[in-house]
Amino acid sequence: MEFAVNSVLLTMMAVISIAIIRMQNLFGVVILAGIYSFLMASVFMVLDAVDVGMTEASVGAGISTVLFLSVLGLVKVRESKSIHTPLLPLFVAIVTGGVLIYGTWTLPEFGSALSPANAHVGALYLERSMPDMKVPNVVTSVLASYRGFDTFGEVVVVFTAGVAVLLLLRRGSGRAKAMRRNMVARGLIPDNQLTDEERAQKEAKDAS
Amino acid sequence: MRLDVVLRVVSKLLLPFMLMFAAYVQLHGEYGPGGGFQAGVIAGAGIILYGIMFGLPAAQSIMPPKLVEFLVPLGVLIFAGTGVISFFYAMNFLDYSALGPVTGLSEQYAQILGIIVVEIGVLVTVASTMVAIFYGFAGRGQD
Repeated sequence: MEFAVNSVLLTMMAVISIAIIRMQNLFGVVILAGIYSFLMASVFMVLDAVDVGMTEASVGAGISTVLFLSVLGLVKVRESKSIHTPLLPLFVAIVTGGVLIYGTWTLPEFGSALSPANAHVGALYLERSMPDMKVPNVVTSVLASYRGFDTFGEVVVVFTAGVAVLLLLRRGSGRAKAMRRNMVARGLIPDNQLTDEERAQKEAKDAS
Repeated sequence: MRLDVVLRVVSKLLLPFMLMFAAYVQLHGEYGPGGGFQAGVIAGAGIILYGIMFGLPAAQSIMPPKLVEFLVPLGVLIFAGTGVISFFYAMNFLDYSALGPVTGLSEQYAQILGIIVVEIGVLVTVASTMVAIFYGFAGRGQD
């Protein structure tokens, strides 16, 4: 049964990947990518990784789709024609794919009790979560307590991403505008990067 | 827009349930799937949905950009602050056992309290970062 469900899901994902490659309309591509994420979330559900499935559904299918759509509001909806041949990217993709498939040969069998995930600290976490902190969901106790430092690093990564986006995309505050005006007045910005308004001001100043 | 009426009504109806579900995922994280990260994304998605349907100014009136920018570092500080408390009891960073002497709870409950506080920090940072990124992109289109 599990094999049948997995086969259907993975086949659909392969079909969607090919459709994404062939499609020129970026709006359709974004929606298909969202559907791909939902299928991936279903695969995680079949693998009993409910927490990961939930994250995939909310981040991959939810937030990513919305962010891609808001970017589409700023760019053209149709994909522009590629200016180079696809041979080099195809070669890189085939080599990378080959290496990854080669890597799967040495992976332990799915669910094997002897796999490193089960043989090392995993069993200890499962055993000690309840007596240590009475938290039945071991995923939470590992993420927030046993591996709290890693999660702290993840939160800092999210924070860094947020700060970077705010710096790049936030609409100019009063201070940034004043700084820009100052730079224009001192002639620090090249002529071809001035806005029409700034150029007019500069020409008026030069004329006087 | 006239044709949007179904979408508008439905999204307005859904918003409280989405935020409620985020709270459930957050607080139920110890017993079922979920936690601060997922709850933060769901809560952020609620605000973003509102912004898509009713426009950026409407979303910014319930979640002002200044507040969002304040919340992004606040979550990290909540997380880091919980870890720093243990220094005062000569323990390692993020050792929640230190919360026992502070609050007078037993060892087990100190661990649970640590997890809850830390997850709140994750929620705050993740939710506000998602909203901040959306504001950044959506505000860009209006220039």
